[in-house]
Amino acid sequence: MKRSSGFLAWFMDPKRRGPMLIAPAIIVLLLVNIIPLMWSFGLSFFKYRANTLKLPNFSWFYSYEKVLTKDNIWESLQTTAIIVAGSVGMQMILGFLLALLFASQFPLRKILLMFVLAPMMLSNVAVAIYFKLFYEPEFGLLSQFVQSFITGEMYVLLSTPAGALIGVIFADAWQWTPFVMLLVLAGLVSVPKHLYEAAEIDRMSWWRKFTTITFPYVRSLLLLAVLFRTIETVKIFDLVFILTNGGPGTATETIGVLVYRTAFQFFRTSNSAAMGYILLFAVIVLTSLYLYVIKQRESEEI
Amino acid sequence: MKKKAIGQSGWLWTALASVVAFIYFFPVLFIILTAFRSRSDTLATPPKWIFSPTFENFYHIFFRSMANSTEYVATGFHVYFFNSIYISGMSVLLALLIGTLAAYGFSRHPLRGNDTYLFIILTTRMLPPIIVIVPIFLIFRITGLAGTYTGIILMYTAFNLPFSIWMMKSFFDELNTEIEDASRMDGASERSVFFGVCIPQVKAGLAATSVFALILTWNEFLFSLLLTNKLTRTMPPAMARTIGGEINVDYGLLAAMICLFIIPIFLITYLLQNQLLRGVTFGTIKK
Repeated sequence: MKRSSGFLAWFMDPKRRGPMLIAPAIIVLLLVNIIPLMWSFGLSFFKYRANTLKLPNFSWFYSYEKVLTKDNIWESLQTTAIIVAGSVGMQMILGFLLALLFASQFPLRKILLMFVLAPMMLSNVAVAIYFKLFYEPEFGLLSQFVQSFITGEMYVLLSTPAGALIGVIFADAWQWTPFVMLLVLAGLVSVPKHLYEAAEIDRMSWWRKFTTITFPYVRSLLLLAVLFRTIETVKIFDLVFILTNGGPGTATETIGVLVYRTAFQFFRTSNSAAMGYILLFAVIVLTSLYLYVIKQRESEEI
Repeated sequence: MKKKAIGQSGWLWTALASVVAFIYFFPVLFIILTAFRSRSDTLATPPKWIFSPTFENFYHIFFRSMANSTEYVATGFHVYFFNSIYISGMSVLLALLIGTLAAYGFSRHPLRGNDTYLFIILTTRMLPPIIVIVPIFLIFRITGLAGTYTGIILMYTAFNLPFSIWMMKSFFDELNTEIEDASRMDGASERSVFFGVCIPQVKAGLAATSVFALILTWNEFLFSLLLTNKLTRTMPPAMARTIGGEINVDYGLLAAMICLFIIPIFLITYLLQNQLLRGVTFGTIKK
């Protein structure tokens, strides 16, 4: 490449190629994400209520102490964990199976795939409102189905803690399984075809082809799917808020709902910020562990 | 000769896939049918599967009767529709552009502490949006970005960046660098290595990433609610306002809105599907 002088040369220096490629992304994230993040992190050390005119009052770890001892944060962390485990697990299994179904060529594949992708395109609010209707004891499809084919009585799913959890998990998994499916499918179609042809010549069994060719190609995308769905599901809010409103009692009160209530119903702004950071801390620890384990296993394989 | 993808399956496979797709699609089908039901049929027990379709729900999205008159007034819903398309489209394009460059940087020119940067980028997606929304709201008010297209597009670009970077990086990581090195040997510039060699190989990844980013942005509710005004509002908060409280939901009207809402995203996904399903023909194994 021709060497230009001065400022431009500084930019074009091959040594700076990496930083230069990354810079735009870092600038946008710094402006819109990281600075506000720091701001609210600062706020969590003050005593502050958004609905009063009182100035924020510096109080060290008061909010954290309060949140960890008084509010039912432990219970809601547990609830969130159950929902995440149930929903993400279901999404992975169903998503992988659906992707395998759609990975082969068959007539009408493109159109049928669109039907399966449709749930993901609905908004959370729409899914929540309609699943509430489906679970409804009088008009709901579920109740009517149970009534006419199984027990002959109205069926109320959301009235028991376990039922409410199942209801939430089912709706969330239904909506987001296509996401996992699409990621896995993108991995499946990127497997070079000559590998399968070679396997065909070697007369490999179906299972061996799957474990030695298909799975290694899909694995990194599957792990990414677990990561992203976990991060998103931990924050679950709209669906739970509309479907069960955290009930019955506090059986489905996820951390997202608890934060919302603390911030906008009780106006404990700094407490809600503290909760958010406790959650962030928990997620960071879990994610680093997860990434660490993956790294370990990858280096073992090489 | 037509090459086999993974397996060339016939109509039997189609039948199986149809059954699965129908079961999976059933709740959506119910919503679509509800959009065409008249008010009295909406909550009939048992549900009416055969009925005479009406378009009154669709009409009511754009024109509503005022409280105590029979006159119909435009609701301005078409503006929100346009806003959604414009804002989602712009922010996804931006995030994809910036994100792909960054992903390529992270994958091919690793910095010291590369993984730390990637991890910090990921953590920006981990906080519940309710927590960050207060400072963002204040910053947007001070800088005058609140209520502008620029503001909300910037917000959504940042919203989509972590995912785009991580996705695209994992696709770039899967590529065989030998092809890139070979074209460098042949005298190709860095730019043509990127555009000519790498990008064509990650088309499926670009398609998948843009579909996801588009869907997430298209459905985003909270940021749009707080950071847009009457002129720049997108559809999700507009829908929520039209529906009003949770107690007396007009299921027919909501269903009609959902139908309109899903059409653009459905079309784009359908168009990108070719990229998504074609796969890479000349990609080779890395390890």
